[in-house]
Amino acid sequence: MPLVRKNPWKTLQSRVMFAACAACTVLIIGVLGLVTVYLFSIGFGATSWEFFAADPTGNALDPGGMRNAVVGTLILIGLASLIGIPLGLLAGVYLSEYGTERLLPGPVRFVTDVLAGVPSIVVGILGYELLVVPLGNYSGWAGAGALAFIMVPIVARTSEEMFRLVPDSYRQASAALGATRSQTILRVVAPAAAGTVVTGIMLAIARIAGETAPLLFTALGSRFLTTNPSEPFPSLTVQVYTYATGPYPAQRELAWAGILVLISIIFVVNVSIRLVTLRVRRSPA
Amino acid sequence: MSALPARTIGAMEVRAPHPPVPTAPAQGPAGPSVLDAIRQGHAHTAAVHESLRSEQAVIEAREFSLWYGKRRALYAISMIVARGKVTALIGPSGCGKSTLLRSINRLNDLVEGVRIEGSIVLHGVPVYAPGVDVIGLRKRTGMVFQKPNPFPMSIRENVIYALRINGERRRAVLDEACENSLRAVALWDEVKDRLRHSALGMSGGQQQRLCIARAIVAEPEVLLLDEPCSALDPVATLRIEELIRELSQRYTILIVTHNMQQAARVSDYTAFMYLGRLVEYGSTADVYQNPRLRETEQYVTGRFG
Ligand SMILES: Nc1ncnc2c1ncn2[C@@H]1O[C@H](COP(=O)(O)OP(=O)(O)OP(=O)(O)O)[C@@H](O)[C@H]1O
Ligand SMILES: [Mg+2]
Repeated sequence: MPLVRKNPWKTLQSRVMFAACAACTVLIIGVLGLVTVYLFSIGFGATSWEFFAADPTGNALDPGGMRNAVVGTLILIGLASLIGIPLGLLAGVYLSEYGTERLLPGPVRFVTDVLAGVPSIVVGILGYELLVVPLGNYSGWAGAGALAFIMVPIVARTSEEMFRLVPDSYRQASAALGATRSQTILRVVAPAAAGTVVTGIMLAIARIAGETAPLLFTALGSRFLTTNPSEPFPSLTVQVYTYATGPYPAQRELAWAGILVLISIIFVVNVSIRLVTLRVRRSPA
Repeated sequence: MSALPARTIGAMEVRAPHPPVPTAPAQGPAGPSVLDAIRQGHAHTAAVHESLRSEQAVIEAREFSLWYGKRRALYAISMIVARGKVTALIGPSGCGKSTLLRSINRLNDLVEGVRIEGSIVLHGVPVYAPGVDVIGLRKRTGMVFQKPNPFPMSIRENVIYALRINGERRRAVLDEACENSLRAVALWDEVKDRLRHSALGMSGGQQQRLCIARAIVAEPEVLLLDEPCSALDPVATLRIEELIRELSQRYTILIVTHNMQQAARVSDYTAFMYLGRLVEYGSTADVYQNPRLRETEQYVTGRFG
């Protein structure tokens, strides 16, 4: 008697399953490819040297470039990350490493879940009320604050999950060697979780890089190149939104280029963060 | 018994399970067994042999009890661990061996809802006294766990971890300590060319020896080994056993094991536990060949019922 007898029903089942999975994969990759090709075919033509070298002219027929918006978006992402990532990481560490024995984690976890679900337009209005009004004007700071507000719950929850995945046996070994809790976290748990925590950070960056609504109410936007976050601040998303909803073909075309550049920025940021963390993890500390 | 033979008998001559013929019939209640009584929740006074009287205590538990939440894991354990000797903790699964071990370096503090009564004294320091420096306490003990658990770092960083957290930065000191520790566990020649490689690429037996090296790098006074060989093959086990015997010249060692032969081979003293109680405790030779209780004899010879 053969050890493994073929069961025709099981074989059919497994083939159908395989076909379904393959079909879905092809569908998703196909849609993604379509979007990319479409975006490139239109956006690439509109992307010129002038796009990066010139600021908007204010002339709808000859709109110039988007240098100010590229710089603005990069600065906004940077500022928001500087505020949002540390806060999110600390919250995540707290939830995972100190969470079991204090009273706070329940409420903290609930609040982060609620925050993660707040629609971005609401974050915009909140940013207006809490930052723009007290500060007295629309500004890059307010924009970065609103974006950081979106980042914190994402980073907190993903990093909490990743810290929890670190085996408890590491914490036990470290404690038994006389390490304090913070030494254990900094020297063992955090490095072990770093690779995966970065994924959460990238998710958060990608998410805020594409946000428009919160910036409309906080950074507002600007036609001019600026590095001063106390002023109204330009960004690719708001600029694209303004151009894309306007009536002028030249501006609409520029909007496509703006989207292409935005996606490229997200891509480059993700890849470079991944490379950096890979290197950090490989080098023996 | 004189001082010298304990070591030799414990380490060399005893080869359990030799079905020993108890010279004196096991004492205690003639009818129902001691273990039955324990199961029914009766108090039990441990049968502690005279031989322990002459020993100097490094660790002393006094009426030590421990609860995990509502569940009691240890019942008024009173015992000493003799300086410079290897003491084995044996007993069926769940009897509290690991719990007792983890009570000594207060690793049980990491578990939520643990409550204790009684005391443990380590080198004259009451471990559970209020305000005691738990971190300092743990630095004076080294622990090795059942499953090898090297950190996901290089071999070198694993070994010198305890020094790093003590703030040692001098390279020469770290290098020397790393080499000494690795030599002590007979790992130096195997890994000296790949100290900067990840420790996770080593074999299980090597990993466990690395964990021992990591535990002794800061020169603790006591080594607590919780079934250090249970995840290893016979050859690796033998190497660790040799290592334990060698380390016993410098450290006081408390080892948990499920392997009766191993306890016989490596230990000077053996403590038999059951359901959170200390049942019998004496020199390994006595516990194996001349136990006071019938139940101990049945357990060490594998006829446990
Ligand atoms: N973290 C914990 N929370 C609750 N109960 C626990 C915990 N750890 C151990 N126990 C319980 O305490 C008792 C003693 O456990 P312990 O691990 O000390 O036994 P052991 O003798 O080491 O067993 P084994 O030989 O299987 O390792 C068991 O009944 C166990 O279920
Ligand atoms: Mg155990």
